Amino acid sequence: MSPATEAPALLRVEDLEVAFRVPGGEVVASRGVSLEARAGETLGLVGESGSGKSVLCRAVLRLLPRPAASVRRGKILFDGTDLLGLPEPRMREIRGADIAMVFQNPMTSLSPVWPLGDQITEGLRLHRGLSRKAAREAGIALMQATGIPEPARRYDDYPWQWSGGMLQRAVIAMAMACSPRLLLADEPTTALDVTIQEQILALLSELQAAKGMALVLVSHDIGVVAETCDRIAVMYAGTVVETGPAAEVLANPRHPYTLGLMGSRPDMDGDDRRLRPIPGQPPDLARRSPGCPFADRCVFVSDECRTAQVALTACAPGHASACLFPERVQ
Amino acid sequence: MSAALPTDDAVSERGAGLRGEWARWSTSLRVGLVLLVLIVAAGVFAPWLTPYDPLRQDYSSALQPPGAAHWFGTDSLGRDIFTRALFAIRTDLVIGFWTTYVPMLMGVLLGAWAGLQRGWFDTALMRVIDTALAFPFLVLIIVILAILGPGTHNIYIAVFLVGWTMYARLARAEMLVEAGKDYVLAARTLGYPARRILLRHALPNIINSSIVFSMSDFVLNILLVSGLSFLGLGVPAPTPEWGAMVAEGKDFMQQAWWISTLPGLMIVVTGVALALVGDGLTHRFGDRHVTGH
Repeated sequence: MSPATEAPALLRVEDLEVAFRVPGGEVVASRGVSLEARAGETLGLVGESGSGKSVLCRAVLRLLPRPAASVRRGKILFDGTDLLGLPEPRMREIRGADIAMVFQNPMTSLSPVWPLGDQITEGLRLHRGLSRKAAREAGIALMQATGIPEPARRYDDYPWQWSGGMLQRAVIAMAMACSPRLLLADEPTTALDVTIQEQILALLSELQAAKGMALVLVSHDIGVVAETCDRIAVMYAGTVVETGPAAEVLANPRHPYTLGLMGSRPDMDGDDRRLRPIPGQPPDLARRSPGCPFADRCVFVSDECRTAQVALTACAPGHASACLFPERVQ
Repeated sequence: MSAALPTDDAVSERGAGLRGEWARWSTSLRVGLVLLVLIVAAGVFAPWLTPYDPLRQDYSSALQPPGAAHWFGTDSLGRDIFTRALFAIRTDLVIGFWTTYVPMLMGVLLGAWAGLQRGWFDTALMRVIDTALAFPFLVLIIVILAILGPGTHNIYIAVFLVGWTMYARLARAEMLVEAGKDYVLAARTLGYPARRILLRHALPNIINSSIVFSMSDFVLNILLVSGLSFLGLGVPAPTPEWGAMVAEGKDFMQQAWWISTLPGLMIVVTGVALALVGDGLTHRFGDRHVTGH
């Protein structure tokens, strides 16, 4: 699907383990996660709430909540450099300039007390040392590029004057200000109307293609990911359970959880209008039993699943699943 | 938040400027501010509002009751109490201002930094504050003054040492909430330095509660200075100061009630004015939280 599949990975997460200290124990929010995102490629990160998607994004930027969370193992290689080993001042230069992030709720992602234009261009003035005048020009161009109408007139508006969809464009413009090579979009459309969702996804894809950057799109909605992404990684209980080219994984899922996610989406074309939710609850991350984390909710489960170690195993070229019996998944 | 882009009334609301602002003020804010402006003006223009000298003693007219010549009467040394009460505005409001806003500046910056950065600084600061707050405020001030000796300068030092703690607690608590919000996280993801995030992004959003608190703190600090002067630890005689004037009159309560009572009433009026402003600001700021972003 993507012409860039041969390129070396821009972001490469290896065996990442992140633990949170909580009263009376700890929660392992990321349990040996490995994944890659290449320049010019969109990686979709799917999973339900609490599966570790956001933790992963924040770990990449080294902005995990302090002092509760800590990275216990693993590497986060960005363009060959391990971000986890960088001194904080160097990391701060990377944030915004090389890696940027877009959040779920645009209404709260902007400071209520400053004009939007100044917020969009703050990174340019800080990282690139642009003058106020030059920043204003660049800001207007950015607003144009993100589809904000009449940018020159809107530059001095405040966040409360704008709608959610427009604000998300502003947040994207702010993240794109310094032309980052990697953009992490954490549920960027979840807080928006369905009609606006489409526009924002289209905008992200357009910017990604124009700039040739790597885009990591986090979503709990496998439909969003299906439309936008080149490759997807399905996360469950802090692990990647299935990964591969988006078309391949969606046409031919090899993990029961992926199948479950697809089944719990309304399907407008099919005859079967009833949703098939995944039974049960995600496991308590503070108390992990051995075996497959999905075993208790799996319809194909057998005794081995509760005891054996599961790991990502290739089942087709570029397609891997953490299921012991991928051939059972139909 | 409507689905459309900004409407015209959003723009006109901004354009209305001061008149629109006045319309959004509650009655208590308006009354409080008018009172406060009158009090400050009376202090500033005191020499032009009275023919007397606040320090000149005149034994021939000692202990005069309030009347046409002496509106608030005279004290045991024949000084005009109205004049002294006016000049005392300068003493009390100036001391009240500095003993409120220097600690506020210190406390808000320290507390907000602790709330944003957490870690050892936060822990250390909170222990210091817990220790300071374990002592009753007045007792701590009196102890410091007992060590340093009485006088205006030492009041400043004593209050600066202790007064910032409440602001630091307040600012830290607000900052903890604010630091969890997306816009602070967004600023971090864009690589802005913590100092900039604190001053430019978070501070404007956490300062309101401290400003409101500072109004009641202002009243308390004026009462503190008056109280300390009453105890002889504050502003030295013969500088006119409300608390000291109340103290001077306490031996004459039977014959000359006005010496203590009328300066005391000045304290009350100033306190009410500040409290009304504080109350009004609470509503004004609260209002923006509801209708804003």
